[in-house]
Amino acid sequence: MDLSWMAWTKPTATFFIIILCLLVTMTIWEIKIPGGAPRLGILRFETTRGDRLFVSLLGSAFIHIFWLAFISLSLWWALVVACIYAICVFIWV
Amino acid sequence: MIAKQVNQKAWFMVLPVFLVVAVSAIIPLMTVVNYSVQDTFGNNQFFWVGMDWFRDLLASDRFHDAFLRQISFSAIILAIEIPLGIAIALAMPKKGWGVPVCLISMALPLLIPWNVVGTIWQIFGRVDIGLLGHTLAAMGIDYNYTQDPVAAWITIIIMDVWHWTSLVVLLCYAGLCSIPDAYYQAAKIDGASRISVFRYIQLPKMQRVLLIAVLLRFMDSFMIYTEPFVITGGGPGNSTTFMSIDLVKMAIGQFDLGPAAAMSLIYFLVILLLSWVFFTVMSNIGEESSNGGS
Repeated sequence: MDLSWMAWTKPTATFFIIILCLLVTMTIWEIKIPGGAPRLGILRFETTRGDRLFVSLLGSAFIHIFWLAFISLSLWWALVVACIYAICVFIWV
Repeated sequence: MIAKQVNQKAWFMVLPVFLVVAVSAIIPLMTVVNYSVQDTFGNNQFFWVGMDWFRDLLASDRFHDAFLRQISFSAIILAIEIPLGIAIALAMPKKGWGVPVCLISMALPLLIPWNVVGTIWQIFGRVDIGLLGHTLAAMGIDYNYTQDPVAAWITIIIMDVWHWTSLVVLLCYAGLCSIPDAYYQAAKIDGASRISVFRYIQLPKMQRVLLIAVLLRFMDSFMIYTEPFVITGGGPGNSTTFMSIDLVKMAIGQFDLGPAAAMSLIYFLVILLLSWVFFTVMSNIGEESSNGGS
């Protein structure tokens, strides 16, 4: 199958593979250790594990956008901040 | 704790939808991500540029202005259409011959295609041959949407209100019709005022449909393209160049696929974020009020 029209690059392919791995990991996690039922976090709304992944990914995207817009440091630092943010979301939200 | 569901066979029923969404949305989105980090001069040749398009875009006044116009447009549209839709739905008859008449006249604007709505208002507002433009000019009002940015904005907003308030009305009307008479009778016995009936019976019962109405109207107004493109073409100047129009100009007009892809992604993320916030906040309010009421 010719996928040249999609203009794949190694970094973007890696990005999507990581997203796919996250989804697979979440599925295995829920099968092995069930507990993804809705819970009330510090933001006072119910979230499941899947919701928390969504909030983490969406928030991470905005962390990177704001980093690009306002901070001149390397984008890898934004990734570090995003990972810390995702851990916080999974613990407290 | 909620008991774990054992039968998960229903998930296979979702498979066809997943495949359709994968082909129609996920694969194109992946392509847009790929384009956003590369530059192309056509002929299917791409050059890696990293995050440069995002950096350029986030620093450009053109993007900021288009974004601000888009947000302002959606805010104005929601501020007008939601209260107006509720008011019209409340005023509509609940029984008798008036019901079909009102419902059909409300549904009519929704049946007209976007580009036709644009053409109707483009002609309607013209000073030389349009009924609205000519009448306003005859009354001595200086109205010309092709030259005056304020007139262009007013025309597009009135057009959108005309086109889409009906949707809010129909949704709210459906919500109102689902309220049993017993609620109104109880309110009457308690001597509740008209405002109290609205605040404590009608509004909570319309919560779900209002959530759908706000989401639909927000997403649709945030993506508006055809009508302003037909009426003003983004002008006068750039005054009605919303993000969608700017995006098409960039992608197809200038063939800048890289910057256009970066803009599409930011556009998509903003829509996703705001829709999620609306959904979470409004469904949370709905749950709180239903818990409080029970």
